[in-house]
Amino acid sequence: MKRGALFAAVLGGVFSAAGAAFAMVGAPTPRGYALQEPATAVMRDIVDFHTLLLWIIVAISVFVLALLLWVIVRYNRRANPTPKKFTHNMLVEVIWTIVPVLILVGIAWKSFPLIYLQERIPEAELTLKVTGNSWRWDFEYPDLGVMMTANLLDEATADAEGRPYLLATDAPLLVPVDTTVRVLVTSNDVIHSFAVPAFGIKEDAIQGRVNETWFNVEREGVFYGQCSELCGVNHAYMPVEIHAVTRAEFDAWVVAQGGSIASAETEAPPAPAAAEPATPAATPTR
Amino acid sequence: MTAETAHAHDAHDHRPSLYDWKRWVYSTNHKDIGTMYLIFAIIAGLIGGALSGLIRWELAEPGVQVFAEGSAMTAWLNLDSNHGYNVAVTMHGLVMIFFMVMPAMIGGFGNWFVPLMIGAPDMAFPRMNNISFWLLPASFTLALLSMVVPGNGDFPGFGGGWTLYAPLSTSPAHHSGPSMDLLILSLHIAGASSILGAINFITTIFNMRAPGMTLHRMPLFVWSILVTVWLLVLSLPVLAGALTMLLTDRNFGTQFFEAAGGGDPVMYQHLFWFFGHPEVYILILPGFGMVSQIVSTFSRKPIFGYLGMAYAMVAIGFIGFVVWAHHMYTVGMGLDLEAYFIAATMVIAVPTGIKIFSWIATMWGGSISFTVPMLWAIGFIFLFTVGGVTGVVLANSGVDTALHDTYYVVAHFHYVLSLGAVFAIFAGFFYWIPKMSGYRYNGFLAGLQFWIMFIGVNIIFFPQHFLGLQGMPRRYIDYPEAFSYWNQVSSWGYVITAVGVLVFLVTLVEMFIVKRRAGDNPWGEGATTLEWTLSSPPPFHQFNELPVIKPDTHH
Repeated sequence: MKRGALFAAVLGGVFSAAGAAFAMVGAPTPRGYALQEPATAVMRDIVDFHTLLLWIIVAISVFVLALLLWVIVRYNRRANPTPKKFTHNMLVEVIWTIVPVLILVGIAWKSFPLIYLQERIPEAELTLKVTGNSWRWDFEYPDLGVMMTANLLDEATADAEGRPYLLATDAPLLVPVDTTVRVLVTSNDVIHSFAVPAFGIKEDAIQGRVNETWFNVEREGVFYGQCSELCGVNHAYMPVEIHAVTRAEFDAWVVAQGGSIASAETEAPPAPAAAEPATPAATPTR
Repeated sequence: MTAETAHAHDAHDHRPSLYDWKRWVYSTNHKDIGTMYLIFAIIAGLIGGALSGLIRWELAEPGVQVFAEGSAMTAWLNLDSNHGYNVAVTMHGLVMIFFMVMPAMIGGFGNWFVPLMIGAPDMAFPRMNNISFWLLPASFTLALLSMVVPGNGDFPGFGGGWTLYAPLSTSPAHHSGPSMDLLILSLHIAGASSILGAINFITTIFNMRAPGMTLHRMPLFVWSILVTVWLLVLSLPVLAGALTMLLTDRNFGTQFFEAAGGGDPVMYQHLFWFFGHPEVYILILPGFGMVSQIVSTFSRKPIFGYLGMAYAMVAIGFIGFVVWAHHMYTVGMGLDLEAYFIAATMVIAVPTGIKIFSWIATMWGGSISFTVPMLWAIGFIFLFTVGGVTGVVLANSGVDTALHDTYYVVAHFHYVLSLGAVFAIFAGFFYWIPKMSGYRYNGFLAGLQFWIMFIGVNIIFFPQHFLGLQGMPRRYIDYPEAFSYWNQVSSWGYVITAVGVLVFLVTLVEMFIVKRRAGDNPWGEGATTLEWTLSSPPPFHQFNELPVIKPDTHH
């Protein structure tokens, strides 16, 4: 399939859905100062936990600042010409040891369930294999016989299509909503890191290893990510663009890609017609 | 801490001329070597700061400008490329860590004041002290050379980040040239220099304390250096091993970190961070010690909880060795390991909290004068707290999934290092410069520098938290339009900070032109450590007659 035709299929799929449900956009926002809006249960937990941590750290910082301002006002040379000479106070020393311990135990109590949620991969309905290359991402649904390569969408095209340059790719990956997708991440060369902020995932792509993570997107929409491990001169130019669509649209896309929905258990996937030859990165390496 | 006898003035002080090159090249004098370390650190800091200026200029707006091909800003260095940007990022980190903060704190202030504070005539191994210093210019020269010889194909320099991660640093496709080999040798030599220095400090502190100066009567700055140099001795050999394996992987066909040959890229990260995490405490612990001395001096009150302060540093040093993999939460390390590193990492917050609160308790009830070193110290306490609490956020691998390798991490470690360690260095500098030079600084200029830099660095780094939360990855030469606002704010902060650095240089020059005599102890009764019993500057050789420390000290 030609790249243009692939686009048409993808855009058609996403924007027809947009009419019915609100298609979410998982991307940074201008002047944004918080975590991106979550599209998965994991990211929602990350956001909630971060909000809790933010309250705690702001409270601690404000407390320290208040103490400092107090000693500045109360114990400067004019306000207190004669310094006291005490050097110990068992009670406060015990308090400022025990209270931080208790706060940290509280944090850990909320922290551990989150990593268990992230790291224990639930029964997956779909497997996605992600391979990092210098500098593009290869995606494969091994059970569906779909393989594709996503390069950076060049600036002129991105501007013309009104899509965000450095986030958009020339071949967005489709994933079905409400489906648990197991993600296998590896690399063909140096270390990359596959990250989609709205999904709450970031997994290093390392040569010779297959790392595992998962997501289950709850809402249709377009979600962007960027390579998150320094991988050479075009590190900033290998984004991830994922479109979460309904199962029906996803199935249609798989077929259009030359894959097969029923192939999972019965037969080896046909040679993927959509697999494009590895193309060099769109941006010159200079 | 009081000396039995103030130093008897050394009537025949064999101080050679400032302009005698042998005084410096052959120096075995801890104060001269300390001075050379400080000057070296200032030069390296200006170079590292200039590199960060290129980075911030590039990131001031989307698109590639400063590092664009043919750009006048970088073409003269042959760094006018994406690779050039990565080189700037890499070298900014390495220069600031190995050639600015470490030489300033350990080599500079450590050399100057550890012997003075423990009442020793000099370091234990004066000749080794000389080679410790002179290895550094050699190392720095190699590092700078690595920026101009081919690194990535014909593009000069190494652009794999200060962590030198394999396989990016070993891959012929990315770093075929000799640049990386020069950098490996540079770090080997810097490591050797630090290990020699560390052995010298350990021996000096354990064996050359004045009569009555027990370990538990040592000033906290000496404690901080003692803990720091132990960390150096134990962690640098691991770095040396990792670097050697990089070298043989690159040149002799070994495959330690090459998956195709049975090696493991992740093993490099474990080795690196086993050094790298203690390293970040190496950068900050001497600052803890300096801030303790300064807070006590200018509150005119002894340190609160002296033993707690000393052993909090020991605890931080110890725990610092068992938390390294929190830098690697996303490598796929497995659940139990993550849980362990979360717990161990958060434990560090406890001794750190003890230190913060003990500093405040030292000020509590005191009679504080807001001299320039005290301003830097108070600024340090607050900004280090801010950097510390974001460290607790990052310690939780669940949240780190969202923040790992984003600008949130950049903001975090610049709050603890750029606003922590560097503030401590300025605090120590203005605290001790009257002692080291014999002259007082201009209080207005120095105060002006503090306020300009305090505002500037906060404008640089606070917005980077927002960028990180929004998901902007580190080490990006270009970014989507949505990140432009806070990046621009951050870059304006750099401009303000740069003005502060200029004011610092003016302050230095003014001080040596005007020559206001400092006197033995410009800080008054609060300054109780031994260096204030000597003249300013101290005699070329001090404590020919050892001071005796009485047991009736404050702790």
